[in-house]
Amino acid sequence: MNIIVCIKQVPDTTEVKLDPKTGTLIRDGVPSIINPDDKSGLEAALRLKDELGAHITVITMGPLQAENAIREAFGMGADRGILLTDRAFAGADTWATSCTLAAAIKKLQYDLIIAGRQAIDGDTAQVGPQIAEHLHLPQVSYAGDLRVEDGSFIVKRMFEDGYHLVKVKGPCLITTLKEMNEPRYMRVGKIIEAYQEKEIEIWNLADIEVDPSNIGLKGSPTKVKKSFTKGVKAAGKVYEVEPKEAAKLVVEKLKEKYII
Amino acid sequence: MNFNLSKEHIMLQKLYKEFSDHEVKPLAEEIDEKEVFPIDTVRKLKECGFMGIPFPKAYGGAGADQLAYAMAVEALSKVCATTGVIVSAHTSLCAAPIFEFGTEEQKQKYLIPLAKGEKLGAFGLTEANAGTDASAQQTIAILEGDHYLINGSKIFITNAGYADIYIIMAMTDKSQGTRGISAFIVEADTEGFSVGKKEAKLGIKGSATCELILENCRIPKENLLGKEGKGFSIAMKTLDGGRIGIAAQALGIAQGALDETVAYVKERKQFGKPLSYFQNTQFQLADMDTKVEAARLLVYKAAFNKTMGLPYSKEAAMAKLFASETAMEVTTKAVQLHGGYGYTREYPVERMMRDAKITEIYEGTSEVQRMVISAQLLK
Repeated sequence: MNIIVCIKQVPDTTEVKLDPKTGTLIRDGVPSIINPDDKSGLEAALRLKDELGAHITVITMGPLQAENAIREAFGMGADRGILLTDRAFAGADTWATSCTLAAAIKKLQYDLIIAGRQAIDGDTAQVGPQIAEHLHLPQVSYAGDLRVEDGSFIVKRMFEDGYHLVKVKGPCLITTLKEMNEPRYMRVGKIIEAYQEKEIEIWNLADIEVDPSNIGLKGSPTKVKKSFTKGVKAAGKVYEVEPKEAAKLVVEKLKEKYII
Repeated sequence: MNFNLSKEHIMLQKLYKEFSDHEVKPLAEEIDEKEVFPIDTVRKLKECGFMGIPFPKAYGGAGADQLAYAMAVEALSKVCATTGVIVSAHTSLCAAPIFEFGTEEQKQKYLIPLAKGEKLGAFGLTEANAGTDASAQQTIAILEGDHYLINGSKIFITNAGYADIYIIMAMTDKSQGTRGISAFIVEADTEGFSVGKKEAKLGIKGSATCELILENCRIPKENLLGKEGKGFSIAMKTLDGGRIGIAAQALGIAQGALDETVAYVKERKQFGKPLSYFQNTQFQLADMDTKVEAARLLVYKAAFNKTMGLPYSKEAAMAKLFASETAMEVTTKAVQLHGGYGYTREYPVERMMRDAKITEIYEGTSEVQRMVISAQLLK
């Protein structure tokens, strides 16, 4: 089985601090990590590899330092790593990103594509599903569990109040939730291999077939008008009361403020 | 000259930190309090490849260098010195001499399972009457046909009772003095081999430290490690390497105590101000940090020399001497800066201070390190 796992290197937002003067994020010196939903996707792939045998290719689009995310994936047990990097890819929104990734994936063999549900620095949850559309593949999003049964994938698709069990035949695309598993630690020996034996394949624009009007900043229909930090108007207050009393309290407070 | 870590060492540090923070730190207090050997942690260490870091892949190891190994012991010891010494004794004192002095058959049979972490290793040199004077061995090995008959006992053996494979020193020819000592690979299930009294200790309480008893143990001739009469030399060379591990353990303990103290002095208030506001605190911390960094440079230098095949006996002795005395000094200061709370088990620095002391004693006391260093100066 050939599995492709799409990963993204993101700033560790649990370590990001706000500049008290400007209210913007201070990204300098913030460590980069593999996006948590993607890391669980990689773990899901590794578990299929442990159980049934598989060849795992991780692919990422980003600047050269995204190499670290691929080396970490090697450290966990991924077999092959491709880094899509080119000035022409920079500034991409979800559309341009998914067009670029899909063009690269077209060159690869696969039975299953896994992408994390969403990245903690963008929270769009669009890139995985868009890749599936570009490649005309069936997709199951929000996977909380994944197993193989009689040659099909059984995916537990999570909802807020329940789940669906979806049976899907490969090739297909699945987006994974970080809650689905606890990703393994890297192995000392695999880290050494990652640096001494494995090569990261660097692909740029010339290596893939993609419409240039669909990539990078110019190929991105999304235009960010303004970003700002939401101000806090007043400190919240916590009441620990019975639900019935709480409802009454909420209504009273809303009335007090002339909201209802 | 380049003091930067390579990218692979930085990635290894990430693994070591994640593993230590999530798998080792949460247990440190309990294994100290209850004096239990962390058997589950050893299994997890095996899975992640910590038990054979500096050995070639062909022998089941990770194929990493001595620095990668020292950094692992440092990171584990930063949160739990017991866990650090389990890895250090296994790697440096049991697997390493088989790798360095063993025959190909011995490496296939013993090094591979040790490096893979399938078997745990230990080392037996010290006896009741042979401590720093290690040449006064009373354990005797007599060649009888195709095997040696070993009789005697060892004390203070790290990993005893949990280890599957032991390197045991015994006298094969008393008339030859140190040249009459030989090294043997002894399996734990050998008839006549047993584990005696478990020591009640000041620190590293989760580590198993016991007596070994060898009563008419029949050890096959092919388990002689190196040549007959070379045991003392093998033991001394093994301890040169082991000192890098213990120096790294001491470095980790010191760094752990420093980190705990930095966090504490920012929070603890006296006279209306955090302790970090007072110059005494600042000066103490500056001294602690400077010593820890100096210790780190010595430890990493010794590891580097061993990896490069350069002489490292003096460097390892210096690293162990300085790092262990730093660990004692820094942990003592850490307790002092924590005040009354530092003396209680509510904070980990009292454990760290108790753990630090052994690093000045085992695998060659500080006095022995001074002997090794000065002997190289005066030769």
